[in-house]
Formats: sequence, structure tokens, C-alpha cells
Amino acid sequence: MHEWALAEAVVSTALKAAKEGQLREITKIKVKMGELQQIDRGVFTSALQEIILPQEEMLKNAQIEIEAEKAAFQCRVCGHEWTYAEAKDQLDEEESESIHFIPEISHCYLRCPQCKSPDFKVIRGRGVWIDSIEGEQ
Amino acid sequence: MDPRLEVIDKRLSGVKRVLAVTGGKGGIGKSLVASTLAMILSQLNYKVGLLDLDFSGPSTDLILGIEGVYPQEEKGIIPPEIYGIKFMSVIYYAEDNPAPLRGIDISNALVELLAITQWGSLDFLIVDMPPGIGDATLDTIRLMKKAEFLALTIPSKVALGTVKKMLSILQELNLPIIGLLENMRSRKSPSVEEKIIGFGVPYLGAIDFDENLESSLGNGDRLLETAFAHRLRDILLGTPQFKLSAVSNI
Repeated sequence: MHEWALAEAVVSTALKAAKEGQLREITKIKVKMGELQQIDRGVFTSALQEIILPQEEMLKNAQIEIEAEKAAFQCRVCGHEWTYAEAKDQLDEEESESIHFIPEISHCYLRCPQCKSPDFKVIRGRGVWIDSIEGEQ
Repeated sequence: MDPRLEVIDKRLSGVKRVLAVTGGKGGIGKSLVASTLAMILSQLNYKVGLLDLDFSGPSTDLILGIEGVYPQEEKGIIPPEIYGIKFMSVIYYAEDNPAPLRGIDISNALVELLAITQWGSLDFLIVDMPPGIGDATLDTIRLMKKAEFLALTIPSKVALGTVKKMLSILQELNLPIIGLLENMRSRKSPSVEEKIIGFGVPYLGAIDFDENLESSLGNGDRLLETAFAHRLRDILLGTPQFKLSAVSNI
């Protein structure tokens, strides 16, 4: 239920943005879900509903749109790019679980397939991100 | 928008005091002071958490001999309790592997930990900081708004010179500084107390170099019996800047 904490963060951020934008109602929250963090979409969505319910007035008509984003890396040393789909077979279950909690832990367990460097960046698909919030003023 | 930033205050809302143990240089005893401080406060019946933010060189687990425990998942992650201390470190996830992280990765990992860790109710959260004024320190200032800083130095020109720079930035930002603690003093050491006169930071006292300390590392109970821990306890109890009486331990 680590997903619950991130779902709560999404709702808190949406409510703050609505207040700043003087929205009376939030109609849509668009969330990007990066593949690297391996969030359980079902658990995340259920958690969102559970957190949203007490806030019903502001969020009663909110549509939650979740877009999955494939993860990719780029080596800072040799410039090689590769995807998480190509890398994940190198990870055992525990390593994969650790990356789920803290995606930066990927630097402990993954290496550039070309030059073997741990010095790479996650160029997309890291974790949970709010793409946009829409509402009525 | 990064949703994690918005929820950090909420995660720390049950924490009365955040004490960040900091210093300019590595190897001066920050992790040892942070770990021992957490042990002493726990022994005094305060509710204590210990957060190791030195992602590249975590060592509080080694100092206290913490192994074989793992956080529980419950609406986030709940740190396990060892010696009555809620303990959080990147070691649960990195294990014994090196963590070759650049600044942006350190910052991201720190934000993630703060966003998902459910500390619950604590009197003190002790934060073991990495050396210097880098990402972890800047993020502690940015995200842990309750943080009070306990600065550490050893009686060396080099360590004192760098900790003064750190104290200057904390002063410039008007952040609460408990004071400067001197560690590893020897009979031949020059006086740190004299050298910070007029600097505007309270000198809290000195802990002598304890040559028997090494053999107590890895066991929290033995650590509490060292001369180092006894002296730290005396300084803690005798220093009004720690404001212990302001935090109930009943």
C-alpha cells in the first residue's frame, strides 16, 4: 500500500492547485505513471477513490486519467539509450521491489548495457507525476 | 507537477522536533553523534526517529547494528523500531550495494523517502546529514521546515573552516542552530571554543577522543556505556538550547 501514499500526494496537490487557481470544482486530474516505479494501477486507483471520497464536494465529478509512460535510460558516459523493458530481466524480485519504493535505487542494480557504467539518467517514466488539473471556476 | 512535495509536511506533522546533525567534513562523527543522540533520547523515554540521509555512505545501521529488519507497508512505509527508535535508511533498498547517485538522484530519492514514510507521532526526528552544503542539506532546508541544526566539528583548522561556511549559510537563511559541538578532542587540541567567539553560534562543549569507542560499534546498548555517550548525554542534558523541557516525554 505504498501506492496509497502517492495517491494521497496526488489528491493533496490537486486540492492545492485548485485553491491557487480559485477552482470551485476539479473536473479532471491527468496522472502520468512511470513504468520504473511499477505502481499497481488497481491499488493506486482504489486508493485514490478512498482518499477522494471525504473530499467529495470538490472532487465529486473529477475524472482521473492515468497514462502509463514507458521508462528509458541514457548513459552519461557513452550516451547509449535503453529501455526498462530491456533491463528488467537483470533484476531479481527483491531488487525490483526496492526500485518500486525508490526508483533511484536502479543505480544500485542496473548498469549501462554498452559500457557497464552506473552513471545514467532516467530520461522518462520515473514515477508518478501530475500532467494537468482541470476544473471549473 | 511533482505530487510528492505537497504531502511531506503532512508526513512530518506528528513530529515535534527535527534535529539535523550536520558538519562541513566527512569522518568527524556526524553519524555517531546522530545515532547516539537518538539512543540517549529514546532512553530518556522520548519518542524518537532516526533518518539516515547519507545515501552514498549510510552508516547509522552499522553503528547501531541494525540488520534483518524492513519497513512495513501501510499507507506508505512505516519504519521498523529498533531500541525504541523508528529507523529509516536507504539501506533497506540498496542493501550492501554502492549507491552511485548524482545530485538530482539524491534529491529525488530524498523527496520519495519523505513523501512515503509514515513517522506517526514523534518527539524527535534525528537526521544524519551527509557532509557539506550539497543536495541533502539544501533539501532538508527546503522540505523539512521544522529542522534545527546541530553542527559538529573536530579540533582541526580544516573541519572548523568548513563548518563555519555551513553555519554562515544557515545564519544567512535565519535557520535555527542549536549550536556547535566539538568531537574527538585530545589534550593537544587547539581551543575550538575560542575560535568561534563572536561567530554568533553557541559552543555546546567538547567530547574527548574515545579510543574504546570502536569496539562498541554495532551494538546500541554497548554504545550507550561508552565515555563518548556519557559525555554527549551530559551535554544534551546541560544545554538549554536543546530545549528538552519543551518536549514532553511522559
